[in-house]
Amino acid sequence: MSVLRVLAAGPGVTLQDGGRHGYLRFGVTAAGPMDSLAFATANAAAGAESNATTIEVSLGGIELAADAAVSLAVAGGAFRIELAGRPLPSAALATLEPGQMLAIQPGAAGAWCYVAVAGRIRVPKMLGSTATHTRSGLGGISGRALAAGDLLPLAAPRTLEPKLARIDAPWLAREATAIRVVLGPQDDYFTKAAVAAFLAGPWTLSARSDRMAYLLEGERLAHAKGFNIVSDGIAFGAIQVPGDGKPVVLMADRQPTGGYPKIANVIGADLGKLAQLRPGAQISFAAVTIEEAVAARRAEAQTLKRPIVREPLVRTEFPSEFLLGLNLVDGMTADGAADEGA
Amino acid sequence: MSSHRAVTYPRYLDAGEAAVVVEFGETADPAVNAQVLALDAAILSPGIEGVRETVPTYRSLMIHYDPLVLARKNLVEAIEQIEAAHPEPRAPKTLWTLPCCYSPECAEDLFRIAELTKLTPERVVALHSGATYRVYMYGFAPGFCYLGGVPDALKISRREKPRPPHPANTVLLGGGLTLVSTFAMPTGWYLIGRTPERMFAPEREPIFLVEVGDALAFEPIDAASFASLDARAAGGEIVAKRKPLR
Repeated sequence: MSVLRVLAAGPGVTLQDGGRHGYLRFGVTAAGPMDSLAFATANAAAGAESNATTIEVSLGGIELAADAAVSLAVAGGAFRIELAGRPLPSAALATLEPGQMLAIQPGAAGAWCYVAVAGRIRVPKMLGSTATHTRSGLGGISGRALAAGDLLPLAAPRTLEPKLARIDAPWLAREATAIRVVLGPQDDYFTKAAVAAFLAGPWTLSARSDRMAYLLEGERLAHAKGFNIVSDGIAFGAIQVPGDGKPVVLMADRQPTGGYPKIANVIGADLGKLAQLRPGAQISFAAVTIEEAVAARRAEAQTLKRPIVREPLVRTEFPSEFLLGLNLVDGMTADGAADEGA
Repeated sequence: MSSHRAVTYPRYLDAGEAAVVVEFGETADPAVNAQVLALDAAILSPGIEGVRETVPTYRSLMIHYDPLVLARKNLVEAIEQIEAAHPEPRAPKTLWTLPCCYSPECAEDLFRIAELTKLTPERVVALHSGATYRVYMYGFAPGFCYLGGVPDALKISRREKPRPPHPANTVLLGGGLTLVSTFAMPTGWYLIGRTPERMFAPEREPIFLVEVGDALAFEPIDAASFASLDARAAGGEIVAKRKPLR
């Protein structure tokens, strides 16, 4: 049995598949990726199933080693990725040989990236999913975040050609525009002025944000008729406003139900963009119609129907930072992309 | 009608472009909850293509759907057709009787509840274990269920501040509800007892013991019985009594 070895992992690094669906009615959180587009891109680039288990890397970063050669695809945000000391583009396919280390640390932007495996991470499914939900202790390895010393068993590990490649995924560089929302279901619990103030912001993403909730700091919003409702369902991206008037965006690890009024819901196509913001980021919102939200979702689904292009990275005697700066990747064949770190 | 602007139910509220909330009322009420469950059952059987998951709560049903497969308009039309046929409100299928230890070691807040309700602790236990509850919804955590039907004399507010984690399987009281917890966690409710039963046991079949809409009651047991039943439940046995209602 081949394994991936976790040499180091910062807080909040977890295993995630497509999510634990079908049990919300029993109080079970779906979990799954914070940025489903980056997650799907990584799996596609690794030739894995679209909902395969990945390592979701937080701002805490991770260091990995393998006991047999295996290709890994990394995508999401703009993290710093190094294979055996060689810097790689922030969306890359890397073939990890025994004795090498793949290190991922926060880079210029982004809060989450995904390590997908050419093969399969073999951890037990719980209620049909491997997604880690640490608050209820379900999924992943014993329901907890990854830690140094963890061994991730791999089924059918493979190496892909080219062994080292840049993943061409321009859709992961999101524009810094307002986050689009559909107002409701309880926008009538707020004054008109409060709804306008909510949209305009700007809000600052709190450092206390995590996989469950992104907390927004700013001028408190006024409720028009109290802040308690009879508990009802909560969708991914629901923005609830508790008594302190500060909006809370409920993310992948949210509870399935809750009792605060929800002023709006982030549209599906902008959830990943929001998830990738870091504490301190400034946020404003733009209200769109259901039709616009569906059109954006359809465009995102189309993106993933195209095959993912892996552009080989060249072997060279030049310092790799220099080469990456020049982006000399055109015209190389797979044979030219031999691994220089072995 | 006391309100100026009457709201017509059911009403359809959007929670983004991939979930609709069908609301049947403003309050937690058994008749409203029965309508929620009737729609839930009608949607799940035979199923509507594009509906991913439904979440019944006190007074509304959240329907998660894939808007690229099922347009909102078609979903709402399908629900209107179901509602036009007046689906039979779902009566409780099963009465579950959960053993519950109300001894001080299991019921840390029993004396505080007695103070707040101005009843004797014995009377609190008699009232709590004498009622039959309705499982309104799950939420908060896997298997954590919200029960309605608390006797009026036991209707107290929640704590002003949350307290440190209680043990798993604690029975809680407050805010007009009683609840059965599944995990040790901080809470804003009062601790009225502890059941040896597991409402959520991933290695057992069924994984979740009760269905939303079922009836549930508590039967007092002493600390010694609690210990022996708890050991059996830990081994995967169902220690609650189950009575089919039809």
